[in-house]
Amino acid sequence: MNVRTEQATLPDSGTIEGEIGTYLDERLNTTVDTEQDLFASGLISSMFAMELVVHLEQSYGIAVIGRDLKLDNFRSVRRMTELVLRLLDAPATDG
Amino acid sequence: MSTMDVVVDPTVRRPNVGEPDTDRLAVVGAGVMGTGIATLAVGHGIPVVLVDVSEERLAESRRQIQLGLRHGRLMGALPADVETGVLTTTLSLDDIESSTAVVEAVVEDAAVKEKVLAQASATVAAGTPLISNTSGIPIAELAEAVCRPADLVGTHFMNPAYLITMVEVVRGPATSVATMLGVHALLGAMGRRGMVVADSPGFVTSRLLHPMINDAVRVVADGVADAETVDELMRGCLGHPTGPLRTADLIGLDNLADALRLLAERTGNDRHRPAQLLLDKIAAGELGRKSGRGFYDYGKVLT
Repeated sequence: MNVRTEQATLPDSGTIEGEIGTYLDERLNTTVDTEQDLFASGLISSMFAMELVVHLEQSYGIAVIGRDLKLDNFRSVRRMTELVLRLLDAPATDG
Repeated sequence: MSTMDVVVDPTVRRPNVGEPDTDRLAVVGAGVMGTGIATLAVGHGIPVVLVDVSEERLAESRRQIQLGLRHGRLMGALPADVETGVLTTTLSLDDIESSTAVVEAVVEDAAVKEKVLAQASATVAAGTPLISNTSGIPIAELAEAVCRPADLVGTHFMNPAYLITMVEVVRGPATSVATMLGVHALLGAMGRRGMVVADSPGFVTSRLLHPMINDAVRVVADGVADAETVDELMRGCLGHPTGPLRTADLIGLDNLADALRLLAERTGNDRHRPAQLLLDKIAAGELGRKSGRGFYDYGKVLT
């Protein structure tokens, strides 16, 4: 697990987009675009969607809970990156 | 007999089940299906007593239920505004005594199911629906083991139970109308839709799906096409949602082989015997998604 302390520099969106993109390329055996709708293109199954949530939580030390836990936040590499940045930036709260 | 509709005699009373305020569901067997059904119930606010013979299995199941609840909510398949039902885990079947319904979801082996059902049936009050979750063991066979065959009914939940809304419901020859009303109410309280079929080996879904998957395995073994190609063809040409081999991985290759053996034994049809490649994979510990590898590689197992 990749634990980041408060003092550590937060990764920028380009870094996160790159990391998520690499993970998806490996797991899906295809190259995905940052803006591509992964659900509409049928690339992500309902089972893989949850793996993706757990992967992001473990990679960035975040907790996706409450209202953040919705498919729309995982629709594209861009959306996932926005979610990760927001959760890294804000203290974890439920709801 | 296409839906849960049954002709209701006004003197028949539905068992006291299907009301989240008073329901106490017992789930016996904390494997993949028992865990999924328990997730579905607590996700709809119904308290669950989950029984297994292994404390380790129960601990793993508790983790999977938490993950499943999040998964269900992520997919919009579990209500977000319902307080989660209390989950109690136990090693003692005696703890199901005051349940309003029992789901038996132990391993797909008639002898084991009979033993557990007999004990459960002797533990709960008469009239408590006793629901055997099976992918294909005839309910009439299991009914011989229980105290009150009228209380016994079959369900065949799909995996994951908390995502798939339709459930195959099997009415045994002795199943009472009250029991049918009870299982209907319980499924309704959990947002499921039951389709009732008559009792027979493999019912409808397994009798059609399992031999098809078995043949898909043979297609791969014969070198006609690899697993990805078979699944892509079934998806792209025939509209199958995941493809037979991905489905096999989700079912679990060991469970699939058990279900096929059961079908072969009860129908006498050799086509239903598990394909050799399926047996080889099981022997190599490749059981599908749950072990991280089957016809596909799943990388790290879900934790």
